[in-house]
Amino acid sequence: MEIVLVGLNHRTAPVEVRERVSFTVEQARRAAEELRTRGILEETLVLSTCNRSEVYGVPPETSHECAPGLSTFLSEFHSVRPDVLNGSLYHHYDREAVQHLFRVAAGLDSMMLGEAEILGQVREAYRAAHEQGATGPVLNRLFQGALEVGKRVRSETELGTRPMSVASAGVKLAERIFGKLHDRSALVLGAGTISEQVVAQLRDRRIAHLYVMNRSLDRADALAKQYGGEVLGWGEWEKALPMPDVIVSSVATEEAVLRREMIEHAMARRANRALFLMDLGMPRNIDAAVAKLYNVYVYNMDDLSEIVEQNRHARENEVPKAETIVDEHVGKFLSWQASVELVGLVNALRTRMREDRAQFIHSRVESIRHLTEADRAHVERLMDEMLESLVLEPAQRLRGERDLRRKIQNVEALRDLFLSNREKS
Amino acid sequence: MNQVFLISTVVAYSLSFALYVFFLKAGKVLAGRLATLLLAIGLVAHYFALLERSGPHTVPYHDLYGSMSLFGWLLALTYLVLELYHRQRSVGALVLPFILVFFLAAHLAPADKLSPPDAHGPTFAFHVALNILAYSAFALSFVLSLIFLIEERVLRSHKLGDVVWRLPPLELLERMSRSSVLIGLVSITIGTSFGFLWVYRLSSKYSFYDPKYAITLLVLILYAAYFWLARTTAWRGARASKLCIFNFVIVFLSFTVVNFYLSHNHRFF
Repeated sequence: MEIVLVGLNHRTAPVEVRERVSFTVEQARRAAEELRTRGILEETLVLSTCNRSEVYGVPPETSHECAPGLSTFLSEFHSVRPDVLNGSLYHHYDREAVQHLFRVAAGLDSMMLGEAEILGQVREAYRAAHEQGATGPVLNRLFQGALEVGKRVRSETELGTRPMSVASAGVKLAERIFGKLHDRSALVLGAGTISEQVVAQLRDRRIAHLYVMNRSLDRADALAKQYGGEVLGWGEWEKALPMPDVIVSSVATEEAVLRREMIEHAMARRANRALFLMDLGMPRNIDAAVAKLYNVYVYNMDDLSEIVEQNRHARENEVPKAETIVDEHVGKFLSWQASVELVGLVNALRTRMREDRAQFIHSRVESIRHLTEADRAHVERLMDEMLESLVLEPAQRLRGERDLRRKIQNVEALRDLFLSNREKS
Repeated sequence: MNQVFLISTVVAYSLSFALYVFFLKAGKVLAGRLATLLLAIGLVAHYFALLERSGPHTVPYHDLYGSMSLFGWLLALTYLVLELYHRQRSVGALVLPFILVFFLAAHLAPADKLSPPDAHGPTFAFHVALNILAYSAFALSFVLSLIFLIEERVLRSHKLGDVVWRLPPLELLERMSRSSVLIGLVSITIGTSFGFLWVYRLSSKYSFYDPKYAITLLVLILYAAYFWLARTTAWRGARASKLCIFNFVIVFLSFTVVNFYLSHNHRFF
């Protein structure tokens, strides 16, 4: 029972290669099917995200022999020349494969350290493979372990708690002032990429009202339609400014779009209720004097970038805690794996010894003529008892072995010493 | 004093405090729930400790330490009600030390040697209990306002630390503070009315001679002003919180200087 992993990720392959070997849901299902029908793997699971494509499996033979076959399969499946993949693919076996998956589920192997999405992607890949019947006892146990690691890392460390993008940091800050945003409103000035990122974050929080204002009405309209917002004409300040609790500005402009007197006027009309402004424009869109107004909170790109940087350091400080959880679960999985292997080994040894015993009786005992049937049966029973104790005693000692490395080594040694290659497989 | 209730209260409050701190730092929901549970257990143990001190069917207002312990108990009760009502536990770490200090000061300090006031009866007991409840609610609003000002300052300065991500949102702090003041206002109004009723029953006239009456009226006006101003254009936010803190300074003076040196009838409450 061995585990093999072949794949590539953002560290080993550029985006041009990654996009060529990524799997759609249907492709992942088809690949898993082919890998099993062609006898390359007995159990298999394809994990494909924007930053990684990985095939996990349990091969019928030893994994070291199976990995090149998997690489060739990936190359053929995606019609990519093998030399394109050379140097990008990594192969991991057993402990390394388990550790790799657990680190992936924990968010330790992600481009953005501690990202939350990966755990959902691992869960979804496992669900799909399990429903397809592509996984078996080994991969089921492995992926259930991975999901547990992911959950523990997220609940026991702060690896995934702090915002890591300017957009999410800004929205989290708005929550520090207003609490939940589901009964709040926001005005977004500009309809570029960064505005869209903020709008997506606000929509995730189910913000009640979303207003979009842009010089180009078409782009404002597209953004508003995509996220269920309302378009306001550029320059309708009198109408637009008193309404929102959050204003996000990301407009290409030479001079400030929102000046102190405009916000002062808006604050008077909104009875001084708190107002949070995110200035994501460069040069800045909001007059610096606005920050001095009562109950007004202004954060610009530098402020938010600094928060993101602080959070990145904070997340990095949590890595050792997360690695400890990963190691703990790797140990648990390997211990389970060794126990399962031990059961298989004991059964194989028992079968082997019974066969030897039968052969011995046939060639030696049956030739002793003066023995009665009852004597022969008695001798057989005695030999059975002796062989059983020969198998069981070391097996029990092995089962009780606390040193995982020693346990695995001894299981391997037993297998090598007593079983032929045919019996091992 | 029954040592079992004393020790149980201290242990429950201390563990609750430690768990609230852990909840604030690490954000573990289970730790927060356990902190609330231990606070509730502490409240029950504290209640029996109060009962031991005062005897059945009375309120422990006869000495300073009884009043302080009752104040701590009502502070814990008010906080627990607000925590459950607003579903917000982040403030627990900052309120529990006050509760613990009042409880320990009341039960570990040497006994009061001064003679108790010549007052008794259910009307008087309600008067004392409701006014101490009002003081504890005002103390809670003081803590909440203080947290508001600190958090507001941090957010405006852009120098965010670790804890700011765990503190309640500013607007929730404002709402919690207003809720607490509302409890205080209702309690002090009813409690003071009971006081006047008791004086009338005793002497068949309403007496306004005691300086405590004047300062209580001032407290009532100041908190009513806060309650109204906190929703107005000019005062909502930090200004209202500063007013709330100022008001509590007056309450503190009423509880200490006025009670001990100026009032004839209000030494301990």
